[in-house]
Amino acid sequence: MNIAAIVNNQTQSPEAVLFFILAPIMVLAALGMLVVKKAVHSALLLAVVMVGLAIFYIANEAPFLGIVQVVVYTGAVMMLFLFILMLVGVDSSDSIEETIKGQRIGGVLGSVGVGFLLISLLSRAELGQDYVGLDLINSEGNVQSIAKVLFTRYVWAFEVISALLITAALGAMVLAHRERILPRKSQRELAAERVRQTSIPVAGLPGPGTYAQHNAVDIPALLPDGSPSDASVSKVIAARGELANPANFRMKESNGNSANGEAGEE
Amino acid sequence: MSLDNYLYLSALLFTIGAAGVLIRRNAIVVFMCIELMLNASNLAFVTFSRMHGNIDGQLFAFFTMVVAACEVVVGLAIIVTIYRSRRSASVDDARLLKL
Repeated sequence: MNIAAIVNNQTQSPEAVLFFILAPIMVLAALGMLVVKKAVHSALLLAVVMVGLAIFYIANEAPFLGIVQVVVYTGAVMMLFLFILMLVGVDSSDSIEETIKGQRIGGVLGSVGVGFLLISLLSRAELGQDYVGLDLINSEGNVQSIAKVLFTRYVWAFEVISALLITAALGAMVLAHRERILPRKSQRELAAERVRQTSIPVAGLPGPGTYAQHNAVDIPALLPDGSPSDASVSKVIAARGELANPANFRMKESNGNSANGEAGEE
Repeated sequence: MSLDNYLYLSALLFTIGAAGVLIRRNAIVVFMCIELMLNASNLAFVTFSRMHGNIDGQLFAFFTMVVAACEVVVGLAIIVTIYRSRRSASVDDARLLKL
């Protein structure tokens, strides 16, 4: 017996179980989208809703649409969203302050009103006939019956949609294109610039010190006058106060008086 | 279970999406909420298609999907362009069309 058949305007009980498990999850995920702080979390919750919708499409005798939903939405569109999120910055969270006063509470009240309107409208509406189901239409295959209608009655809409897709792709390319204001610098100009500037030495920064007992990155190299060089160690290590003292690796009885080293006091 | 439950779920998801568009300030999250609204309407299309035993609803869901994909592509390109010039993805910061 067909599991998706409709008897007395009621679905079979497996479908009811599926609905009452999945629908609360989807509603919770959608509500979570509104309250989570980070945009990445919103995107993941939206993916949950979209997968749930795909399952409902399949339950509603639209298997092809369900698979397209997974491929197009949870695949392509959500990937695009996450890609742009990474481009714009993952931690670009919402600002808390309102630009328009009372806009947040107004938005919540307004949407609750719209929700009540929609749901009360649905509960009062009468179809006036029994639910039919798609058994007859899907008998020779869902894809076949969609194709039959798409390429006969809706073939003009199909063509227009293809024009829309091409326009959108072109528009995205035009928007993302950046006009170059200055000519591109050649290798020669870059080299000349590097020699002329003074912030980074042309020969590169000195490496950390290498001693008989220690050669890690946390010990500064010594300058010719015996003082440790700040440029030879990472600024991060110095800021953490984790620099080792090169005086510890000096030979103890070399030249007695000056070896006790205030050189590494910093 | 009656098929109406799918329509209630669709209305609920649509409402949540609308609330998100009104409440959230991050342009990308606003876009995601618009996607949620489009998806909710798709669920209604598919359910009506099953109620009436008519495949046209599924076709309309396909067309909605294509339009949504176009909208996402162009919208995200606009967001990236605005972000490039203003270093912000908040809908509040884009009050002027020019810098």
